[in-house]
Amino acid sequence: MASADRFESPAGASHDRRDAVGGHPVPSHQEFPTVAVHDLCHWYGQGVNRRQVLQGVNLTISPGEVVLLTGPSGCGKTTLLTLIGALRQVQEGSVEVLGQELHGASRSLQQQVRSRIGMIFQGHNLLRCLTAEQNVQMGADLLQGLGYRARRDRAREWLRAVGLGDHLAKLPHDLSGGQKQRVAIARALAASPSLLLADEPTAALDRTTGREVVDLLKGLARDQGCGVLMVTHDPRILDVADRLVEMEDGQLREASLEQQAVG
Amino acid sequence: MTGFWQRRRIPLAWCLLTRQPVRLLVALAGISFAGILMFMQLGFRDGLFDASVTIHKLFDADLVLMSPRTMSSIGMASFPGRRLVQTLADPDVRGITPVNWNFLLWRNPETRATRSILALGFEPSDPLFVDPSLSEKARLLTQRDRVLFDERSRAEFGPVARWFREGRTVDSEVAGRRVRVAELVSLGPSFGADGNMITSSETFLRLIPSTPPGSIELGLIRLKPGADPALVAQRLEDSLPADIKVFTKDGFVEFEKNYWRSSTAIGFIFSLGAAMGFVVGCVIVYQILYSDVSDHLPEYATLLAMGYSLRSLVAVVAREGLLLALFGYGPAFLAGSALYGLVQSATKLPVAMDTERALLVFGLILVMCMGSAGLAMRKLVDADPAEIF
Repeated sequence: MASADRFESPAGASHDRRDAVGGHPVPSHQEFPTVAVHDLCHWYGQGVNRRQVLQGVNLTISPGEVVLLTGPSGCGKTTLLTLIGALRQVQEGSVEVLGQELHGASRSLQQQVRSRIGMIFQGHNLLRCLTAEQNVQMGADLLQGLGYRARRDRAREWLRAVGLGDHLAKLPHDLSGGQKQRVAIARALAASPSLLLADEPTAALDRTTGREVVDLLKGLARDQGCGVLMVTHDPRILDVADRLVEMEDGQLREASLEQQAVG
Repeated sequence: MTGFWQRRRIPLAWCLLTRQPVRLLVALAGISFAGILMFMQLGFRDGLFDASVTIHKLFDADLVLMSPRTMSSIGMASFPGRRLVQTLADPDVRGITPVNWNFLLWRNPETRATRSILALGFEPSDPLFVDPSLSEKARLLTQRDRVLFDERSRAEFGPVARWFREGRTVDSEVAGRRVRVAELVSLGPSFGADGNMITSSETFLRLIPSTPPGSIELGLIRLKPGADPALVAQRLEDSLPADIKVFTKDGFVEFEKNYWRSSTAIGFIFSLGAAMGFVVGCVIVYQILYSDVSDHLPEYATLLAMGYSLRSLVAVVAREGLLLALFGYGPAFLAGSALYGLVQSATKLPVAMDTERALLVFGLILVMCMGSAGLAMRKLVDADPAEIF
């Protein structure tokens, strides 16, 4: 689905990375990893109610690497995602995303980092008042230096890529859950992200579409050197992962792919 | 221009408003209502002030002499007529008309009840009003005890105009003297005067024998073409003794309006009415925009998470306010114009849409919408992108 030439559309930043990374998710020649988390701790609440959710998390994602994150619910996976996504202030430890340290980052730096991250939410969070095409273009609109028409064409291309070419003008209201999720994915990808964070992206999709979407993400990672961090419980898609990490009690540990796939 | 067109994004503010047509309609109805209210109140206010100078505007004069003791048209003080003659010495003065101005009791020829009427006295050979039809009728005043009656005077003065048109000879009594209506004129009532009549200086003196001859209340001065009225007014003011004041015609009109503006509650009452319209509009727009922001909070948070800045979201709300102002003003303007026509035909009040008021109300609606948008924006701070995963 994700043919290479789509990524050669005038997205600016993608070209150099593509050359550097080549076809394989190897640590590139870039001087920094996509994500580097060191000794990250996080607490919720205050006073006696203070509860630690992350206890010294370490995680590195290289450009083009697909990392799957699993773990029981409530173990802090989403918290980790929001911290890496610059949606939450880092309390202790270091989170470096795309070369920017987020601990103590200003609002504008946070915003700048966010605009380079594609996020796929569990709830699709589409804008109800916009059509599918406009929703995706809200993502493409973040790209600098592209004309309106180019951004719109980009939005259409991505919608076709997720199999919604016939639903451009539909409002979220008229789309099924799976379709909405695919629009959300197209929206995240349309902004040419350098890092993709996804929270159960396939939960609302059937087997075939889920597969297609995951392949799409994998292709993006490979072709644009975009790191992918995906929270999932879907055993059907574990094979796309380059690495599998498991979170338990606020800490991460590497899990072996084979073991997971069998179990 | 092409650069701007190329850089444009999805018109989010427009989409937010138009995809909720019911809410948009309510908002527009509210804004239009507030606008109409402001148009009407301000229109009434200006109309009433304009009504106080219906006669003033008719005079054929570039400059006007008045006594410094005169505060308004309902209390004209007299001054020596020779002051007016003295102005003829100025090279720019082309002609003068001395005018007597007083309120007299008019007896209703039907009911015999008396009522105060504004009486103007002038030499029938002199020009008085800009309207040339008067000079024809003025010739009739050369006969003693003849008056021109204002057909637009209030009905309380009796069915004079109707009787006259029916061909009857209309006699009445003014200040205890018998007078005959020689012809009808059309002037219009003003604040101070419910009715008007015009007569010759000679008759006027007979009606008020106590008036010293040569004493007048108003001196009209016509200037040669090309003369600057303000300049000549200043020159006359300097050269004449301090027992008269010189006004330009606009200044004369403004002086009278200002009396009603400053010494009556009219201005305050109608300005207050307009202010209430403004406040009502603010409340409606704020309510609409606030609930709009609240309802879309998760979506705003999503936009923040995607990398849109808080400032760009603030701009979206501001644009919503701007759009509401623009769309709300249109119907308000149209309805306002229509209602002005209605009021004008019903009350004979000179109420009409003018550019100044149209701009003022637009400004007020703009401030109303943008102010409310500014308040509603504060809610945006609650959009927390960390909550949406």
